[in-house]
Amino acid sequence: MKMQLPRLTFWKALFVLILLAGLYATIVRFTRGLGASTNLSDNFPWGLWIGFDVLCGVMLAAGGFILTATVHIFNLKKFEPIIRPTVLTAFLGYVLVVVALLFDLGRPYRIWHPLVMWNPHSVMFEVAWCVALYTTVLALEFAPVVFERLRFERPLRILRTISIPLVIAGVILSTLHQSSLGSLYLIVPEKLHPLWYSPLLPVFFFISAVAVGLAMVIFESWMSSKAFGKQLELPLLQSLGRVLLVVLGVYAVLRFEDLLHRGALPLLLHSSYETDLFLLEVVIGLLLPIALLANPRIRATAGGLYLCAVLVVLGFVTNRLNVSITGMESAAGVHYIPRWTEIAVTASIIGAGFAIFALAVKYLPIFPEAIGRAAHPEELRGEMGAA
Amino acid sequence: MSKAILYDSTLCIDCKLCEKACADRNKLPYDDKIGAEEKLSAHKLTAVVARGDKFMRRLCMNCEEPTCASVCPVGAFRKTAGGPVTYDATRCIGCRYCMMACPFNVPKYEWGLLLPRVRKCDMCADRVAAGKPTACAEACPTGATKFGDRDELIAEAKERIARNPKQYINHIYGLNEVGGTSVLLLSSVPFAEFGYRTDILKQPLPTLTYRVLSKIPDLVALGGVLLGGIWWITHRREEVAEAEGNQAEVERKKE
Repeated sequence: MKMQLPRLTFWKALFVLILLAGLYATIVRFTRGLGASTNLSDNFPWGLWIGFDVLCGVMLAAGGFILTATVHIFNLKKFEPIIRPTVLTAFLGYVLVVVALLFDLGRPYRIWHPLVMWNPHSVMFEVAWCVALYTTVLALEFAPVVFERLRFERPLRILRTISIPLVIAGVILSTLHQSSLGSLYLIVPEKLHPLWYSPLLPVFFFISAVAVGLAMVIFESWMSSKAFGKQLELPLLQSLGRVLLVVLGVYAVLRFEDLLHRGALPLLLHSSYETDLFLLEVVIGLLLPIALLANPRIRATAGGLYLCAVLVVLGFVTNRLNVSITGMESAAGVHYIPRWTEIAVTASIIGAGFAIFALAVKYLPIFPEAIGRAAHPEELRGEMGAA
Repeated sequence: MSKAILYDSTLCIDCKLCEKACADRNKLPYDDKIGAEEKLSAHKLTAVVARGDKFMRRLCMNCEEPTCASVCPVGAFRKTAGGPVTYDATRCIGCRYCMMACPFNVPKYEWGLLLPRVRKCDMCADRVAAGKPTACAEACPTGATKFGDRDELIAEAKERIARNPKQYINHIYGLNEVGGTSVLLLSSVPFAEFGYRTDILKQPLPTLTYRVLSKIPDLVALGGVLLGGIWWITHRREEVAEAEGNQAEVERKKE
């Protein structure tokens, strides 16, 4: 830990700067309203906070349901060592999505309204319920880690008994709202650019969430190797890489077929703002990682796998921003660039996520070595995955 | 009987009395400066747009199957039996999905306020419920804005076009757009010149999302059984392997 001190200091300074900017932006947002703190307008009512914080935030947290399904449903026990950091990341991710929503909603104190004022015809209503329920599921999936530290034996036993139904509920809820974030845009056939508007939007959002979930597990392993000196064994990363290649392949074929059948392919022949950003998304998120992962030599190395994971994450972040911002601009007749206050809030939320994760790793039995240290090994054997 | 507004732009003289009446009814400020604004906003719920000597009103179309009412997660928008689409600010959480989704870009937001509301024309729902015409129709001196039963107004619009086919574009805007609206428009110049999209789907937009949403209960049941089944099989395999392993060990010991 001591050896990393200089770098930590730099990151700490940056972190404090971002947080101060975020604090100021927060004050502007909650004293002067959305008009003063964002570049949103009647023509462009959804910006960075929805496009990045919510759409990308939920997508980046998809690792949680992918991994719990892999370990507990498909019984691939070899992935158990990383289930805790992944579930923690997912839980933090969802909590931060809710925090971001509190910034974006015009009346944040009414965030609970969808839970009591029902409108089953609304995709937003469904997303609200799923996110509320799934955040609860993630909290329960992560709770054993905290209970272990505090040695709460009874709650631990209860959680262990309901762990499988919890995992199944989590997977179903995730499937529903990951795809529903795409369904949100089914209602704007005239507004969303034809490169992105498709009746298959929910399917695309779901498959890409699976891809990004896998990529995030690889990426997080790299991050924890940098920050905490802990990483996945290479064979595990390699099998994640192979699954990622297959998922990306399925997505690429489906996306291409969809463009073809909707007659949207010719749009790519004309250079435009939309075409350029579409190509950016496809090259970074699909073509490059597929080409790299298809090469057995690259797929075999940790470095190659990390690179592909980062490309996939960046590519699909671009995809979400394209759907929510790029694709909506031409119909709105405006060019939206987030105000600095919007960026400061988003950066602070990301920073807070990293900081809380680091704290959790320090004080809770998250990584396997830490688990060994924290409690009795025989008690934990059944426990480790029960999350 | 569902009510509607028929606006015939060929009769409009750009007096803006509808704008004034609308502002009064909604307790919004109104002066020459606001009158000159040609777009809808949180403080202007209807606007007369001028293109040379041709005029066109903008206002909430009060759709037969409103997109805003379908997308709102808290059901703040309601289509009333009389025709108006109302908004309940006490439910609204401010997600602005209605603004995103509205095919006519009607709902506007009070961006400058700390506790903003969505604003839009609600076709004077209280007046209509009391059997009165909308404030704009009552104020109109030329009959360009006419209030009445939707079916009768459609028949009248068709008759006006048939009587003067050269004067009108052969299109009643709002008759079929997104499944029909409670505001019907007639014009002598293409609607697109006033910013009205003519490529709008004829089907109600809510069907686009409900088609997917309605499958969710089935998906939950199916997913539960499927995932539970996979869990059972994968873990059963393990138990069997363990049991067989034990059996083999037991036999080995016997020998």
